Amino acid sequence: MIKNLLSAGDLDRADAIRILDTAEELLGVASRPIKKLPTLRGRTVVNLFFEDSTRTRISFEAAAKRLSADVINFSAKGSSVSKGESLKDTALTLQAMGADAVIIRHQSSGAPHRLAEAKWTKGAVINAGDGTHEHPTQALLDAFTMRRHLGDLQGKNITIVGDVLHSRVARSNALLLDTLGADVTLVAPPTLLPVGVDHWPVETSYDLDSSLEKADAVMMLRVQAERMNASYFPSAREYSRRYGLDTARLGRLPDHAIVMHPGPMNRGMEITADVADHVRSVIVEQVTNGVAVRMAVLYLLLGGAAEESAAEEDSTPKERE
Amino acid sequence: MVAPADAPGTGNAHDTSDGTARTVLDDQDISRALTRITHEILERNRDSAGLVLLGIPTRGVHLARRIAQRMSEVESREITAGALDITMYRDDLRLKPARALEHTEIPDDIDGKVVVLIDDVLFSGRTIRAALDALNELGRPKAVQLAVLIDRGHRELPIRADFVGKNLPTSLVEKVRVRLTESDGGDSVSITTATSTGGAA
Repeated sequence: MIKNLLSAGDLDRADAIRILDTAEELLGVASRPIKKLPTLRGRTVVNLFFEDSTRTRISFEAAAKRLSADVINFSAKGSSVSKGESLKDTALTLQAMGADAVIIRHQSSGAPHRLAEAKWTKGAVINAGDGTHEHPTQALLDAFTMRRHLGDLQGKNITIVGDVLHSRVARSNALLLDTLGADVTLVAPPTLLPVGVDHWPVETSYDLDSSLEKADAVMMLRVQAERMNASYFPSAREYSRRYGLDTARLGRLPDHAIVMHPGPMNRGMEITADVADHVRSVIVEQVTNGVAVRMAVLYLLLGGAAEESAAEEDSTPKERE
Repeated sequence: MVAPADAPGTGNAHDTSDGTARTVLDDQDISRALTRITHEILERNRDSAGLVLLGIPTRGVHLARRIAQRMSEVESREITAGALDITMYRDDLRLKPARALEHTEIPDDIDGKVVVLIDDVLFSGRTIRAALDALNELGRPKAVQLAVLIDRGHRELPIRADFVGKNLPTSLVEKVRVRLTESDGGDSVSITTATSTGGAA
């Protein structure tokens, strides 16, 4: 198992399956009378959030707390960052306080890599979204949700629609779904596909309607207006007409297909309210699954010994007793 | 009464790997021990109505299913066994890389029930301590009892078994190996004298 989770591309198939299988078992914890496991007792997990977030921060916090870890929440607003403190000094401060894991969200792509590579912190670094780059735990929870509905993802067709250019979710999903053997199609207006997308393990299309019939899952992406400093499409109305998921388009999907959205949604923009609340929409379930997946990531990164001793791993666990 | 005999004829022939392996229980012995344990559990608890059988993965679950099957025959009604994974409650988690989790499946609410934990080998007692912690968070059983196929001694905690298939006095350099048809292609219990492998303690 890897030490840090910086990119969905760092996970090989075995690691990814291991995380998803572990999450499957941990999902049951949420339905128990005592929603807590003692596994990470005494470990400290820092939520280092330089960018606004609701579900990711809360999800990581709930996951860490259900594993009995101590959680320190740090948000850039109201901290010394607003006085001009650098990422390095913030990280060194957290290290001095003994953080075993740092969950970082940052507006700059690559900040989690910098934190991990520069060894400013000894703990595990988990990327909770960096700029327009990656969001690996979101990809894991999306894959987990798809697996629960569609079974093994080998050969499944996943269509990801919308603002791919600004979406860290799309990139992480493309990498992870490729590792898991799914076929990914990205659908977006030409202006919202990133440069170099032809090197991604995906197909691309400018036409949503032509890719609906074969889709096993459709993932709508939020139009990230706050990152748009130019006009990427003529009007919201035109975007919605061409790339929004409405009831008519939902009807053209295969019967087993599910509708996903990483949230937060712009209802009426990339997805209509009827579709968002439709029985085939698994958007709320994605949030529930997020906690289980993040518990699995925290457990697998922090739960065991820091140094791998390969010889021990092969002995059957039951031989101890 | 007879253990599932779908093994491809391997019987109790032990592996070729260790020359020092000594078979102490064959498939018939295991079958008889499980039948006796089933009757002892029923005798002690009068009836099966308030019983919950929970096996500890992996081989404890197989044994629990076999006991549940025997109990169903005796009581003439369907009795199912569950599984209780104790990985997250182990006291040696930090000594090894993170382990994969096993499946937990609790068939019934355990509040006020008599829970019978079932495992293959009772050794240090640490697995059972972890299982008691895990149970504690699932509810409040009326009582917890322990059934094991093999008790090999060398307890490190004040824990004892209520139902024992066979007491097997061993030395610490010996290893007890339980093989069951469901996971290992045949039923047998053997003792091997570890030559120099410093592995499982």
